[in-house]
Amino acid sequence: MTVNEEQTLIDVALENLMTEVEGLHAGGYRLVQIGCTDIGGAYEVNYSFDKGYQFRNLRLTVGPETEVPSISGIYWGAFVYENEMHDLFGIPVTGINIDFKGTFIKTAEKYPFSVTRRGGGPCRNA
Amino acid sequence: MPERIIVPFGPQHPVLPEPIHVDLVLEDEKVVEAIPSIGYIHRGLEQLVQKREYTEYVYVAERICGICSFIHALCYSQGIEHIMGIEVPDRARYLRTIWSECSRLHSHLLWLGLFADSMGFENLFMRSWQLRESVLDVLEDTTGGRVIQGTCKVGGVRRDIGQEKLDEMHRELDPFEKQCRDLGDVFLNDETVKYRLQGLGVITKDEAYALGAVGPTARGSGVAIDHRDTGYAAYGDLGFKPVVETAGDCYARCAVRVKEVYASIDLIRQAISEMPEGPIDVKVKGTPDGEYFSRAEQPRGEVIHYLRGDGSKHLARARIRTPTLANIPPLVKMLPGAQLADVPVVVLSIDPCISCTER
Repeated sequence: MTVNEEQTLIDVALENLMTEVEGLHAGGYRLVQIGCTDIGGAYEVNYSFDKGYQFRNLRLTVGPETEVPSISGIYWGAFVYENEMHDLFGIPVTGINIDFKGTFIKTAEKYPFSVTRRGGGPCRNA
Repeated sequence: MPERIIVPFGPQHPVLPEPIHVDLVLEDEKVVEAIPSIGYIHRGLEQLVQKREYTEYVYVAERICGICSFIHALCYSQGIEHIMGIEVPDRARYLRTIWSECSRLHSHLLWLGLFADSMGFENLFMRSWQLRESVLDVLEDTTGGRVIQGTCKVGGVRRDIGQEKLDEMHRELDPFEKQCRDLGDVFLNDETVKYRLQGLGVITKDEAYALGAVGPTARGSGVAIDHRDTGYAAYGDLGFKPVVETAGDCYARCAVRVKEVYASIDLIRQAISEMPEGPIDVKVKGTPDGEYFSRAEQPRGEVIHYLRGDGSKHLARARIRTPTLANIPPLVKMLPGAQLADVPVVVLSIDPCISCTER
């Protein structure tokens, strides 16, 4: 039996992010994770939520210098993911309840590292 | 008002198997605030996905953690199988369940030992690890590896377990369960253990849910989240029910793990009894093109592998959210109010796995 969990994916604009997150919070969803994907010239930020194994994902696409508002005022535990977004991807997140200012995940190299991608070019911003 | 001082806890501490640092703000001996930090062992394993073929990355996924290694490989493989529409043979699903539950057993017994050590109960620590050895022996017999099994792959499993060995495992489960129940009785009923753990590091059901707690940390507070409930691998066939406690303290989190040891033994027993005949893998053709958030239940809670393929033999992205990362915010809320001497017990009660967390 292949796992066939229903997963909903919704693209969200930056200006609507907080409203959407507040709506999910009011609907009883828990925050599952926030993760980033480098899509070359921009980042996709996935905000994942769950309620009774119903998985909903808000997808925000932002440029490298775009400031993203913190959702830690709504989901207190979001600070771990938002500090990670900053420390590993360099995305500026404003208003985090516990802001480690780049020291949550200590890396010898500053983001976004220098691993060569399979296309031969360096990672964006490298 | 007493003077406030900051005491650094970790990253090196006798009770910590892995490095996590917490700045404890104290008033006398009482914790009023705790600020965690990690990052000592970040290995960049997610980025390796761009350099390893998607079938090879199973080996990397398995090395994210030295305790729940098999379940990382399983979660990754299930994600790829979903993207590629691969149907895994029934026997492989049952074998995956047996090895997953063996992983949970040895992880919980390891944790019970460490937890006993954090309380200064050395005999209990040694007895827990003695029992864990017999689980590791089974893993070694059936997979060739005690810690890293290397048996899960995209499309099924690499090794079968013969009927003779399955019968032997089944026979050994009854005496093993008795030994585990004797051990569990001490954790659940010993007055000194109860006195040390009850009422300590309390987090309510609403707090646990709001803070995104997972695994025994959530279930110890009455939040019945256990991804095995969704029926992945063979759990849907085996009548799985999550173990839930309601007190939300260190004792409740310990009780969940003790009872999950019994539940894992029962699941292994059922999986052996109902093991279907047939192949253990299917041939995998093509490359993954699509994305999926694969979820599974590790000993510490829900793990997520976000996988994204672009039709090439390398994945474009793998993002792994491990349960300990989700359990750090609840930990920050549990510590205030605890005495300094209780901090190691409270920290261990979420079963922190930091190498897993940092990837």
